[in-house]
Amino acid sequence: MSTVSFRGVSKRFGVSEVLQPLDLDIRTGEFVSVLGPSGSGKTTLLNVAAGFLAPTQGKFFVDERDITSLPPRRRNIGMVFQNYALFPHMDVGANVAYGLRVRKISSAEIATRVARALQTVQLEGWESRAIASLSGGQQQRVALARAMVIEPDILLMDEPLGALDRQLRKNVQLEIRRMHLRAPRTTLYVTHDQEEALVMSDRVTVMRSGRIEQIGTAEELYHSPANTFVARFLGESNLIPGEVIDVASGKARLSVPGLERPLVGRAAAGVAKAMKAAAMIRPENIRLRPGGLHGRIVERVFLGEITAMRLVVADGIQLWSRLLGADVPQTETMDVGWRDEDVSILPDEARSK
Amino acid sequence: MTEGMPQKSSDALGAALLLAPALLVIAIAFLAPLARLAALSFSSPQGVLAAYRELLGDEVFWIVLRNTIGLAAIVTIITLTGGFALALALTRLGGGWRLALFAAVVLPLWVSVLVRTFSWMLLLERNGPINEAMVATGVIGQPVQLLFNFTGVTIAMVHVLLPYAVLPIYAALVKIDPALLKASEGLGASFATTFQRVLLPLSARGVATAAAFVFLLSLSFFVTPALLGGANNMTIPMLIDTFVNERLAWPLAGAASMLLLGLVLGCIAVIGRFVPLGGLAEAR
Repeated sequence: MSTVSFRGVSKRFGVSEVLQPLDLDIRTGEFVSVLGPSGSGKTTLLNVAAGFLAPTQGKFFVDERDITSLPPRRRNIGMVFQNYALFPHMDVGANVAYGLRVRKISSAEIATRVARALQTVQLEGWESRAIASLSGGQQQRVALARAMVIEPDILLMDEPLGALDRQLRKNVQLEIRRMHLRAPRTTLYVTHDQEEALVMSDRVTVMRSGRIEQIGTAEELYHSPANTFVARFLGESNLIPGEVIDVASGKARLSVPGLERPLVGRAAAGVAKAMKAAAMIRPENIRLRPGGLHGRIVERVFLGEITAMRLVVADGIQLWSRLLGADVPQTETMDVGWRDEDVSILPDEARSK
Repeated sequence: MTEGMPQKSSDALGAALLLAPALLVIAIAFLAPLARLAALSFSSPQGVLAAYRELLGDEVFWIVLRNTIGLAAIVTIITLTGGFALALALTRLGGGWRLALFAAVVLPLWVSVLVRTFSWMLLLERNGPINEAMVATGVIGQPVQLLFNFTGVTIAMVHVLLPYAVLPIYAALVKIDPALLKASEGLGASFATTFQRVLLPLSARGVATAAAFVFLLSLSFFVTPALLGGANNMTIPMLIDTFVNERLAWPLAGAASMLLLGLVLGCIAVIGRFVPLGGLAEAR
């Protein structure tokens, strides 16, 4: 187990800059996920860590040792791929044993370690099963066992749950999380699925267009996103554009056309007087408040324990509110409000940094 | 459901009609002469099996047979090695380069074997470009004999047969998920290990198909050994040629042909145990 650092790592393919120079540190035993839409550079970052791609600039360190130019096979990494990449001509046992065999470990020890690895992924005694006979979820667990059995310094996972159906994905998410908590291992996890990132990670890195937009715990990203991109990418959010009136002691006031009173909220870094910004309020923080902002309900979406409602509160201003079933008004209109601490004033142009 | 039956039999009729012209050509141009040749092999004035007895009793036949199998084996090994490397390169190259290399591999198939063999004669001559280049670069002191011997025949045959190895191996290699190679490398395997444990087992069918193609074609190759080979490199097809054109010994020619056919069919039977013969059709 090891610390991992990207220092000024960038990658260019011809004229397109897939990764702009970035820094990322992962602590020993930390589970960091890289979240971003396709084309954000997250897989490139993973390939740089694995050694399949050489960065155009910058260095990659494991335990403060520069291994930028080390080929993948000398890096002691465990990789898990989206399509599992299990060797179809080998049985489960041989797949898991592969990395150990390459390391010329005695067959007695290989057998014990393979058995133990399969036990961790709850496939005890499955050594002689054929890969083709396994379900997607089982294959992914074999792939996990194969990556972990070699005791890698870093575990690299590239959308490992992408091919599983929703229900199974949830189960495996929790399983990976529990496994990680039982035996923490430095992990870099690439995904475009926000829920996956939130459930499993110690910290989440949000990427866009080859840049890191924000790094933080799930709570930090959710409650204090750095900009509108992060706010939109993680969870549902209401973003109300306006212009900053002033910023004082961490609070900003935003004047919004159509609203009589300015919106007040926590000012994100980079928010300054007179700039275009957006107020972010999560739908669950928009509550019934008699005498508050008057809204007309134009859409109701039943989501089980909660109901989402689209409200028109002023010309061109719409808000989504999410209320528990019992609180949902049966009227055409509702008065809503929120606490100032639930509002974030964010730079509207994520590139303004 | 019940409409399916007439549908099916009319499909079968259609297929039979479509096959008919080709089957007719094969029957007239291939099976009939083959039957005639088989009949000739038993028509020696000295007795029904006399031609076979003479052939199998003659030391020359066995030497020629050994030459033929030895040549085919060596050509197969070299062609497979080179073909595998080429096919692997094809899977790794990007668009334009891949197209160019593909053209280089496949286009010679449209050029007559005779033309290619004559081209090799020009290249392999004592004063030809290959000898000149090797002398000029100091690889050899003096021009070496590359023509009318085993070396020349092997070089030209490998070239002629290379596409038959590259295509089935390539077809097998492109089906291998590139992530498997990454997985292997990530787990610490060197390229040699990845080749041996992943690449080769997963392309084994393609390699076996290629081996079958090249070996069987080599066994009955005539033009190249006849033009580039020396007196010591006679193969069965060349032997058959001398029986027909020099000795006018049709029964012997027929018997040698039947023995070669038997050898080829025997090989197919052996290969068929390892590769389903449909695999031969897989090579596009």
